[in-house]
Amino acid sequence: MTQASVIKNLTEVRAMIKRHKMDDYIFSIIGIIALMIGLLTLLTLFIDLIYDGSGRFNLKFLSDYPSRRAENAGLLSAWVGSTLVMLITFLTAVPMGVAAGLYLEEYASKNWFSDIIEINVSNLAGVPSIVYGLLALGLFVYGLGLGQSILTAGLTLGLLILPIVIVSTRESIRAIPVAIREAAYAVGATKWQVVYDHVLKYSYGGILTGVIIGMARALGETAPIITIGALTFIAFLPPSPISDVPPYLNFEWLSSGFTVLPIQMFNWLSRPDHAFHVNAAATGAIIIVVTLLMNGYAIRLRYKIRESIKW
Amino acid sequence: MQTKFVKALSVASFVAAAFTATSSFAVEKIIKIDGSSTVYPITEAVAEEFQKSSKVKVTVGESGTGGGFKKFCRGETDISDASRPISQKEIDACKDAGIQYIELPIAYDALTVVVNAKNNNFVKEISAEDLKKIWSGSSVKNWNQVNSSYPNQPMALFGPGTASGTFDYFCEAINGQKGKHRSDYTPSEDDNVLVQGVASNAGGIGYFGYAYYEANKDKLRALPISAKAGSPAIMPSPEAVMNGTYQPLSRPLFIYVNATAAAFRPEVKAFVNYYLENAPKLVKEVKYVPLPTADYAAVTAHFKAMKPGTGFNGTPEVGIKITDLINRIK
Repeated sequence: MTQASVIKNLTEVRAMIKRHKMDDYIFSIIGIIALMIGLLTLLTLFIDLIYDGSGRFNLKFLSDYPSRRAENAGLLSAWVGSTLVMLITFLTAVPMGVAAGLYLEEYASKNWFSDIIEINVSNLAGVPSIVYGLLALGLFVYGLGLGQSILTAGLTLGLLILPIVIVSTRESIRAIPVAIREAAYAVGATKWQVVYDHVLKYSYGGILTGVIIGMARALGETAPIITIGALTFIAFLPPSPISDVPPYLNFEWLSSGFTVLPIQMFNWLSRPDHAFHVNAAATGAIIIVVTLLMNGYAIRLRYKIRESIKW
Repeated sequence: MQTKFVKALSVASFVAAAFTATSSFAVEKIIKIDGSSTVYPITEAVAEEFQKSSKVKVTVGESGTGGGFKKFCRGETDISDASRPISQKEIDACKDAGIQYIELPIAYDALTVVVNAKNNNFVKEISAEDLKKIWSGSSVKNWNQVNSSYPNQPMALFGPGTASGTFDYFCEAINGQKGKHRSDYTPSEDDNVLVQGVASNAGGIGYFGYAYYEANKDKLRALPISAKAGSPAIMPSPEAVMNGTYQPLSRPLFIYVNATAAAFRPEVKAFVNYYLENAPKLVKEVKYVPLPTADYAAVTAHFKAMKPGTGFNGTPEVGIKITDLINRIK
């Protein structure tokens, strides 16, 4: 090889490297644009909501009942309703979802039956939420006679996020090295001991993350709640869960009528008076902030727990 | 010492008993209302005021007139809001379930036909016949097909969905037949969508309740309507509805009260009486048209007499007098 041909070769290689770097650069631009389209749209929407609703961000808005006068109308019954519904959702979806996930990962034998279950679980996650609403209307409201109550709404949303909880449980269980289980079995642990002392201990961060993300989704759900017949004007709170007479717990609130944040927002949005649209914007901003806080907390939690686990 | 302890214990148990008594008492006294989203603002206003002076709890939903009657005829609600009279199907459903109801007109609404305020200055008024030409079939596509003096501009139509009581009334009052309505228009149950639609289409035309026009006067122009060709065109307004000249698009709004609840539950009776007593003031406040004072008196007397049944035969009627309606129910 002569010197000239080496130099020629070198310039060719350099040109090629330059070309490939250019490709890299172009792709990163495309990526940023794609990211920005989604992010900026959301951000604009969010800022617009905050701007529109800016006059209503005060404690009075959170402590007033709905009213025919926009400036007196508040979110009290809506946020209390949302909180109580979320409580039921949490209490139903978490035990069921975690148990189902554990069973599928640790106990179920691999055969056609568990394959079918697996396909169905991932399909369930994609079922439109209105379908859950219709199911709940038939099953909970009329079939079981639970009525248009907080319990019905909580169970419905619990079903809705069940697939999310199951999938996240399974994924965080799968992330645990097999060696940990084998070591536990090797010293004579039973299956339950392995699951309880090791699998659950190491995976609960991931499970919790899935639960919180599911709850954040449930908080914003409107369609299934409208289908089961949530109310729009309700100027009182459900009976308190805690009472001052024994047994100190009161379950009447379960059967109480209710409204939730997105429904209150929807109602205000459909009013003719523009002052109500301001209330709707403020409610929308509040829902987004709560959702962001929940998701942010989930990420922090996952990070913290990952950090504390040392294998 | 011993007696003091017993005394304290008995006081404590008495307090506890009082607490449980009040809590179970409070739970029972809930008045459930559901139904039309058009009537909703009125009922909401009454419920809000009523709860300021009473311990009774009132809940109001808005499932639409049809959705409300479904619940009402299953006995799930005590009062049903309705923007049209009860239909034959609903009459049968209530009859099968053994539910009797008292029909009470509580206000008027003026269905308002609107066009785009900025880009439409050629239509000054419209007759009921022309409205029928536009809305009953799909033959009219451009404005000049309505009147040859109008420009050749495509028409964009916006109206309520078929499940709405407003739709039912319009079919009856303008198109002259139950359910007769063109289907190639943009329907929405959300009146703000209709407002936006007409406001952003140069050739837009739509119809909905007066309150939505009132709040959007800057974007929309209401059309005066003549009942027959040649008769004077009347602009929709509370006065025109009150004195009966805005025809055929002024319609009564109703509440249907479960007769058993009204007879045996004093709180339901008290609520309905409060409703009728305060309707003149509250109806006006939420931008609807109150009935004439004499009509409220007649409706109150009708409720007092507890006469169940409907004055309609399952279809809305145009231009009916409230007193005639009440007298039909024997």
